[in-house]
Amino acid sequence: MTLTLGHYLSLGAMLFALSVIGIFLNRKNLIVLLMAIELMLLAVNMNFVAFSYYLGDMAGQVFVFFILTVAAAESAIGLAILVLVFRNKSNIRIDELNKLKG
Amino acid sequence: MDVKAALFYIFSAVLLFAAFRVITARNPVHAALFLVLAFFQAAMVWMLLKAEFLAIVLVLVYVGAVMVLFLFVVMMLDINLDSIRQGFWRHFPLAATVGALIALEMAAVLMGGFGGGEPPRVVVMLGQAPGQFSNTRELGVLLYTQYLYPLEVASVILLVAIIAAIALTLRERKDSKALGASEQVRVQARDRLQLLKMAATQPAAVAAQDANAASPANTEKKA
Repeated sequence: MTLTLGHYLSLGAMLFALSVIGIFLNRKNLIVLLMAIELMLLAVNMNFVAFSYYLGDMAGQVFVFFILTVAAAESAIGLAILVLVFRNKSNIRIDELNKLKG
Repeated sequence: MDVKAALFYIFSAVLLFAAFRVITARNPVHAALFLVLAFFQAAMVWMLLKAEFLAIVLVLVYVGAVMVLFLFVVMMLDINLDSIRQGFWRHFPLAATVGALIALEMAAVLMGGFGGGEPPRVVVMLGQAPGQFSNTRELGVLLYTQYLYPLEVASVILLVAIIAAIALTLRERKDSKALGASEQVRVQARDRLQLLKMAATQPAAVAAQDANAASPANTEKKA
């Protein structure tokens, strides 16, 4: 049984589904929510790399490079906001972040 | 089953297990460490896909920098675990249903559509011997020719991220007596010392009032 493109895409799909479950479960923990988003981006990157290999096109890997850049920036700013939230409210429960609710 | 397929299944199993532990770990530090494991397994899978540069970058940038940042933040904050874990499993039936639906449907469609066993197409580069293919070199050539402007946009995004992270978390101490360097440089001599013109002696009226105010004390002393 040889590996096909479908195997890698299925792995990406399972990883994505796991991170969706993570977002459902960790509705109060902002840190683990950020980690689940990182896992989602990893699943997307897995698809890009698999397509790049099986279709013989390097553009997919270039796109993964840019996704990595944006993900690093996103996690840096997200963690900075997390530190600010903790400094102002002394906890990181998301269900208490409803100051903007009218 | 050849060696490559066996390695793929091992890496995938460890990757999915690590991802599951990331979302269910009680301690956020454990979650961050399992995320490191997940990224490492993903890098190994990318090695199987002959994306060597991206695999190394994933380990260096993600495991080396981003996850260490996560660990710093997790250890810096004093999180009350019990209040965070309240009602953790309440949403599990819905979450498991949605997740299983996503995974099964996508796997069914993808294995049906892409499971045909087409051999991977080799990246064809002009002027290269077949054994001399370098993933890093091809990626670099593409990045600095065809994707030059996106690369510059990416660098601007990183710059914005640096400035935003510093600007968000920078906090001035209220009790600090430090002076700003620019204020010290810009100060003039007249800001430091101010000379006032005053008369050398007091006017006569003020002197008489002072004498009256002082006289009762003198008379009491004499008595």
